[in-house]
Amino acid sequence: MMILGPLGFANPLLLLGLVALPVLWILLRVVPPAPIRRRFPGVALLLGLKDEDHETDRTPWWLLLLRMIAIAALILGFAGPVLNPEPREPGSGPVLILADGSWAEARDWPRRQDRIAQMLTDAARAGRPAALVSVAGGADAITFTGAGSVAETLPGFAPVPWEPDAAAHAALSALLPEGGFDTLWLSDGLARQGRDDLLSALRSHGRVTVFETARDVFGLKPAVYSDGKVSLGLVRAHAGGEAAVEVVGLGLDPAGTERELARLPVLFEPGSAAAEAVFDLPAELRNRIGRFEILGQKTAGAVALTDDAIRRREVAIVEGATSREGLELLSPGHYLRQALAPTADVIDGTLEDTILADPDVIILTDVAKIAAPDALRDWVEKGGLLVRFAGPHMAAQDWGAGDDPLLPVRLRSGGRSVGGALSWGEPKTLAPFEEGSPFAGLTVPDEVRVTTQVMAEPGPDLAARTIAALADGTPLVTRSDLGSGAVVLFHVTANAEWSGLPLSGLFVQMLERLAVASGQIAGERDDLTGTVWTAERVLDAFGALQDAGDLPGIAGERLAAGQTGADLRPGIYASGDRTLALNAVGTDRVFAPALWPEGVPVEGLADAVERPMTGWFLAAGLALLLADVLAALALSGRLTGARAGLAAILLAAVLLPIPQARAEMTEDEVIRAAGHVVLAYVRTGDAEVDRVSEAGLRGLSDVIFYRTAVEPDVPMGVDLEADELSVLTLLYWPVTATGAMPSPAAYLRLNRYLRSGGMILFDTRDADIAGFGNATPEGRRLQALAAPLEIPPLEPVPADHVLTRAFYLLQDFPGRFSGPPVWVEAAPPDAEQAEGMPFRNLNDGVTPVIIGGNDWAAAWAVDDSGWPMYPVGRGLSGERQREIAYRFGVNVVMHVLTGNYKSDQVHVPALLERLGQ
Amino acid sequence: MIQPAPARPAGLRRKAEALATALPPLLADARHLATTVQMGEHGRRRAGLGDEFWQFRPAHAGDEARAIDWRRSARADQHFVREKEWHAAQSVHLWVDDARSMEFSGDTSRTTKADRARLLALAVSVLLIRAGERVGLADPVAPPRSGEVQLIRLAQTFTAPPGDADYGAPEARAMLTGSRAVFVSDFLGDPAPVERALTLAADRGVRGAILQILDPVEEAFPFDGRTIFESMTGAIRHETRRAGDLRDRYRARLAERKDRLATLARRVDWQFSTHHTDQPAQVPLLWLYHALERVRQ
Repeated sequence: MMILGPLGFANPLLLLGLVALPVLWILLRVVPPAPIRRRFPGVALLLGLKDEDHETDRTPWWLLLLRMIAIAALILGFAGPVLNPEPREPGSGPVLILADGSWAEARDWPRRQDRIAQMLTDAARAGRPAALVSVAGGADAITFTGAGSVAETLPGFAPVPWEPDAAAHAALSALLPEGGFDTLWLSDGLARQGRDDLLSALRSHGRVTVFETARDVFGLKPAVYSDGKVSLGLVRAHAGGEAAVEVVGLGLDPAGTERELARLPVLFEPGSAAAEAVFDLPAELRNRIGRFEILGQKTAGAVALTDDAIRRREVAIVEGATSREGLELLSPGHYLRQALAPTADVIDGTLEDTILADPDVIILTDVAKIAAPDALRDWVEKGGLLVRFAGPHMAAQDWGAGDDPLLPVRLRSGGRSVGGALSWGEPKTLAPFEEGSPFAGLTVPDEVRVTTQVMAEPGPDLAARTIAALADGTPLVTRSDLGSGAVVLFHVTANAEWSGLPLSGLFVQMLERLAVASGQIAGERDDLTGTVWTAERVLDAFGALQDAGDLPGIAGERLAAGQTGADLRPGIYASGDRTLALNAVGTDRVFAPALWPEGVPVEGLADAVERPMTGWFLAAGLALLLADVLAALALSGRLTGARAGLAAILLAAVLLPIPQARAEMTEDEVIRAAGHVVLAYVRTGDAEVDRVSEAGLRGLSDVIFYRTAVEPDVPMGVDLEADELSVLTLLYWPVTATGAMPSPAAYLRLNRYLRSGGMILFDTRDADIAGFGNATPEGRRLQALAAPLEIPPLEPVPADHVLTRAFYLLQDFPGRFSGPPVWVEAAPPDAEQAEGMPFRNLNDGVTPVIIGGNDWAAAWAVDDSGWPMYPVGRGLSGERQREIAYRFGVNVVMHVLTGNYKSDQVHVPALLERLGQ
Repeated sequence: MIQPAPARPAGLRRKAEALATALPPLLADARHLATTVQMGEHGRRRAGLGDEFWQFRPAHAGDEARAIDWRRSARADQHFVREKEWHAAQSVHLWVDDARSMEFSGDTSRTTKADRARLLALAVSVLLIRAGERVGLADPVAPPRSGEVQLIRLAQTFTAPPGDADYGAPEARAMLTGSRAVFVSDFLGDPAPVERALTLAADRGVRGAILQILDPVEEAFPFDGRTIFESMTGAIRHETRRAGDLRDRYRARLAERKDRLATLARRVDWQFSTHHTDQPAQVPLLWLYHALERVRQ
């Protein structure tokens, strides 16, 4: 390869052809353009006329120049020009392609794949065997095989969501085969331990080339909650200039759709490799956030999953009547508040009030007589956790013979005290926690002594319900399930009167284990000992959450160590009620850029990507030759009339970029759409479909105008990329198999449109012949189109949906086709049949989408004189079907405009009846 | 210069059929065109032999007794003679150039000059014959006759294949003394024969009209670049490197030619006009008709 400045030539010998250009110049110059023969009767008058000058015998200089440039471009093109060529030295022997394979490579993985593919192609061409290994992914053995077969495995070669550690490097260097081979190392750009050893091992076998991209690596550390704020550390590999990134918090909204809940721009100061994002969020929002992301990074390291650590539970503490006023430090509530305050939001109040507030946990301290037992029981059965502490009142209470559902065990009146002045024996210590108990693994401190406790009546299930016991086996903490919730009883007081438990750190840990105090204060994971965690969802290298599948359970100790690897993927782990997030980037991770020793060539750092220019040169040459044809025609007078027009079109097609076919909505149109009811359709780019949509909406608008009080304006075509959607009432979206996908920005605006009460009527126009969305190209397209939209769960239109009676009473919704079900937002699961009403009481909410395949626009479509454009069905029944199609359209528009007004009308008879009384 | 049809039966049959198919449209077109001219009875506006009453005049000595209109004379003291308008049939000779140059059309959407010339000639024949005149060709093949049959005959000669010559020359030998004549051609060839024919006609007291038919291309000369111009037979050629340069000089020559024809016509008291094939045919037809009418007076 010959290199001239930024250009390299693969076949420099061909450039010798440029020498021939001057010869060509002379040749072309002496050959004049060929004459045209014309029949012309007026030739008799021409006889004897002489040409004024003979200069035009020769081709004009500019035409010559054009031809020269064209031919020069062709010669250059065939010489294989390459912009920013990467020097490539042919080698021999096997090639080892080694990728770090960590998440840090995910960001520019396609480029790395290209590089690997290129390397494999080169190797295949040179007949060199190759092997492809990921350091992080590990390998059983490294064997060199044909580069072609290695290339076949390339699509399955993906980065992993963890980083290789020193052991992984060492394991790999142990696997290195004998003999010499060259290595291409695709580095993710981060410094790692063990890399130098592996590098020197590789260099002892042959040449090592490193491929690294100049892109910085960003990492997001786990979210930490403190002082009401959530803070996340950000790190980057290159502490270079200023860098601005955005951190977003994502979570589920009440409808169960994932949304962006918070967004914060973060600035890396110049020279600083770390930054911090501090979110100050309301508790409700904070509890919803499932993960934080650095926007646009798309790597596992740029995702921080959240767990209970930032979720704050609401805990209500209800204290029993205390006779001793003013002894704050001795009150049971004080100990609980101290234990809970760092990790939970504490609510005080009477029991009735707190139940209304629906906290996560209610703690009753020494409350024997519960004020509202039924309400409390309902609350527990719906998933609440009731924690009760014993006390003098509890001990004094006569519990009778029956089971109290709000106590896990039946209590014996009186209780016992041990080790006191009037009792035998020593104060009891705690027995170690048994396996299966939620407290299993916690260390029991020696100094905890229990002097007084309430006693449980022995019973068959007492042992099963005991989750902590004293050294003599008497239950200390018991638990039973009640409905979806649970009731826990501490047989001691929450203050230090009956035991030393509230004074010990164990108390807090026990509360945590009970998920009263949700979550650990970040960094404290010591209490994981003895627990087993299962992965619920795991991150892939690209930062997307995947189902964990059947990954084996993880011991708490391993989780506490926090070192991610093949056996411990970053993700969300659960144990019982607790969830724990493990992130790819740990709390104290620091990034450092990889440093390569002298003598190891590092490629790929340049921003300029190697780019073959052959195609461009050839295209330019051909375009110039085309221009030459036109110029020659023009010169010889052949370019006249229709030919000139054709030539102009051709030239325009070659030279001009394709003009933006659609203009943005003008201000007038926006005003029109906002001021009137305007039905709009999505312009698909298929002229015929757009024409039908336009005609269909025009026909429907006319029908609505004539029959209802709604007076729609002329329908409007909408370009999703450019137009303002918020002013539209209804968007008809015909799905074509070949239509272009809207851009992410367009989806943002579509989602905003849907959220603000807009409706999209999807029409696959395929009569849904293959069942919903299954096999037709339009159906598949619809799935692809709708995937980024925030669409709630759907169901086929139920018989009592308001669409069936928004204006007309309808049973089915035909268009040109009839039959396949139409899908709308599913009714809430708790919808109940109103008393005496034929319909369920489906309150608020207009379905944001209607999905069907009945080709409604074609049924509605009318031509300019108002006649239907397409036949529907056959004969009179067809016209009936068209009528029903129109009625469906009217109902849809009514539904959009009036919401569930008709649903409310259901209650009118009942209201009238009541008024009559 | 009408070529006799080939003698071979098959060829004859084919030609005949071609003729039969071409004839009615041409005649129909001509009749159609002729209807656009409002017909009137164009009398000689002088007393003479005819059917129409012209005037009563006092009888002179020498008038035959049977010429006296007794009915009119009975109302007065003198004798009146009833005079009738002079209606004399004129002979009109048509010469339509059938040379190859007339077969030219600058654009496929335009009719050839020959077609336009024949159409105009036949249309004016229709008008004249309807007016009672005798119409014939300038050569002895079809001497002037009156009646519808003559129209058919004329149409047949007009649909004959064109001649071999590049440019045609008018035929004046068969013209009757004192008759009228119409010359239709592009007059792009040698003007000398035209001058000779006109002079000869003028000598015989023949007057008439010259209609030059040109294609717009011949007028505008919209050519450029290196071009070899050929006449319709290819016999005459002219090559140029840059046709655009010739435009002005060509047009000057054409104007000169027109001027020469106009001058010639004026000298022998003929009418001259130029018609372009992209213009409607009614205009030259009306001109022709009026030109003949003027000379008839």
